[in-house]
Amino acid sequence: MNDWLNLLIGLAMGLNLVALGTGRLPSLIRVAAVQGMVLGIMPLVIEHELRVMVLVVAVATVVVKGFVIPSLLRRAMRAANIDRDLYPLIGFLPSLLLGAAGMIGAVVLASWLPLLPEHHESLLVAGSLASVLTGLLLLVGRSKAISQVCGYLILENGIYLFGLLLIHSVPLLVEGGILLDMTVAIFVTGIIVDRIQRAFDSLDTRKLTVLRE
Amino acid sequence: MKELLLILVPLVAAVLAALWPNNRTRPWFLPVAGLVHTLLAFGLLLYPPEAPFHAWFGCDPLARAMLPAVSLLFLGCSAYGVPYLQLREERSNRVFVPAFLAALGLMSAAHMARHLGVLWIATEAVTLSSVPLLHFNNTPRAFEATWKYLLVGGTGIALSLLGSFCLGYASLHGGGTGDLTFTGLMAQGAHLSRPWVLIAWVLLLIGYGTKMGLAPMHTWKPDAYGEAPGIVGAMLAGGVTTVAFTAVLRVRAVVEAAGAGMVANRTLLVIGLFSTLVAALFLLSARDFKRMLAYSSVEHMGILSLGAALGGVGLWAAFFHVWNNSMTKGALFLSAGNIRRAAGGRTVDEVSGMSVATPRSAVLFVTGLFAVTACPPFGPFFSELLIVKSAFGTGHGWAAAFFLGCLLLAFFGLTRVVFAIVYGRPRQTARKMDPRFRETLAVIMPPVLLLLLSLWLGVATPEVLRQSWTAAVQQLSPTP
Repeated sequence: MNDWLNLLIGLAMGLNLVALGTGRLPSLIRVAAVQGMVLGIMPLVIEHELRVMVLVVAVATVVVKGFVIPSLLRRAMRAANIDRDLYPLIGFLPSLLLGAAGMIGAVVLASWLPLLPEHHESLLVAGSLASVLTGLLLLVGRSKAISQVCGYLILENGIYLFGLLLIHSVPLLVEGGILLDMTVAIFVTGIIVDRIQRAFDSLDTRKLTVLRE
Repeated sequence: MKELLLILVPLVAAVLAALWPNNRTRPWFLPVAGLVHTLLAFGLLLYPPEAPFHAWFGCDPLARAMLPAVSLLFLGCSAYGVPYLQLREERSNRVFVPAFLAALGLMSAAHMARHLGVLWIATEAVTLSSVPLLHFNNTPRAFEATWKYLLVGGTGIALSLLGSFCLGYASLHGGGTGDLTFTGLMAQGAHLSRPWVLIAWVLLLIGYGTKMGLAPMHTWKPDAYGEAPGIVGAMLAGGVTTVAFTAVLRVRAVVEAAGAGMVANRTLLVIGLFSTLVAALFLLSARDFKRMLAYSSVEHMGILSLGAALGGVGLWAAFFHVWNNSMTKGALFLSAGNIRRAAGGRTVDEVSGMSVATPRSAVLFVTGLFAVTACPPFGPFFSELLIVKSAFGTGHGWAAAFFLGCLLLAFFGLTRVVFAIVYGRPRQTARKMDPRFRETLAVIMPPVLLLLLSLWLGVATPEVLRQSWTAAVQQLSPTP
């Protein structure tokens, strides 16, 4: 069971590097979507017996992270008719190097932290920290509003991975509430992206510089 | 179960307001719900309910010490909101009024949340419900501010979720059974895994500190406060920030129970002093009087953080300061809204001589300035004095000196801007003065009443409030 899980986490960590290295907006959206779907099937691998609620959460995660949010972003991208190149604030090579360093750091940090016996062999903590770092890097290192949303998605994916450590102890009601909140957050962000596009005729956040000291 | 009404009444009112067809009468939902909420909150303050040990929601002493202040501020803002929204008939308030009401209900939920996960859900929901409030003006500048709010606030809230998970794992690692209520976590005490508790503290302080607006996570604040309508700015500065402060205090109590209280206090002290310093420096160069209020808010969050770091009397003074901050910030934002409306501009380059154009609001703004910069006999003077005394009493003399220096700089910065716009010759700005704006009683009375409350808190602090603050301090550190 742990091997399957680690394989999926390794896949998610690889996708982090793809996200940092890609220069095109559509492929960044696709990477975030695939990573979301990989995360979505993890609860099925972790749980020993299949419960209905776990199945529901897994299906909901795959649908929302893998299809609903990406199609929302793609629609915003098409409506804005923007240039698909990313114009990074932090170059692709430095991003990749930082991402790889972050990944190594995450693995080292995870091995220092005290873990429960059943989590010793798992990559959950390392994968989670690496994804959080990747998300933050994308948030500050890319200038387009949609690519920042992708960064935010990857950041959330990292937190979701960490949440899997607690899957047996957090009440499902709380889990559901968290999932709902995050979905609403992305929807609200999508609406604001749409409004920014109409107001500024662009989604380049470098143009959002009226307000400063 | 009465305390659940504090959450349900505003949420039901929000649904009704969303269904209400008339744009002109819809704003009346605000003061009605606000009044019911205030009566409920003070009823619970006077006749405290029993909070079951493991309940997810409860009007415990900490909630009772803070929530009525938010309630009062909301009542003031909602009374002002009726004439304000009627003045702005050109904008539909079908989203604004329900979102404002929902924010009140969710803030009550966040104040009373006694479960780590529920607290996060409620705080995140408050953030989301305030998004439509921020871009009510529908200008490009408003969208820019909203975007920054979402991005910075969203990242902060995501990190606080990660922190919550870490704290949950600390409990699990210490042999916990998955009870994530704060009482349960505090009962686990020293069994919590220390490295995880420390990681959780850092992440949660960054996360909820972003919501509070502590420097250096305050960058969204000037934009959001500058672009949002006055009533929204007042609610953000006096309501949403207290939600985040409650969250920080609840987490700090767990960290203290786990035996890392010293670390928590030291970080709070440093971040509090840093916030007052950053705010003071930015205030010295501020030119826009609404952004100025945002930096003043950063300063006051720093004061709260400092008070919490000192513990005991300092913490008591921090609760006192929460009330003072809510009342004075409310008065300042509402009178600034009047001036902004009448003058059509917001910077010292565009606006001057408002003592002629809007004499009543100008008097209020100057009085509010003196209140917020802790001049006696207003409330903030007494709470800040108590914090300074407590700092000297606990051997933090240098911190107190540094703090006083920052307050002085902030005073210079604030007075410079306020007097520049109030005195002088009225200027004809490029934009014409709003001809529909009159200084009617409806837009003057709410800030007057909030200022009077601040004065009353300072001159004669009601005994019931003093007791509620003492009870809250006892709840947070059971063994003094």
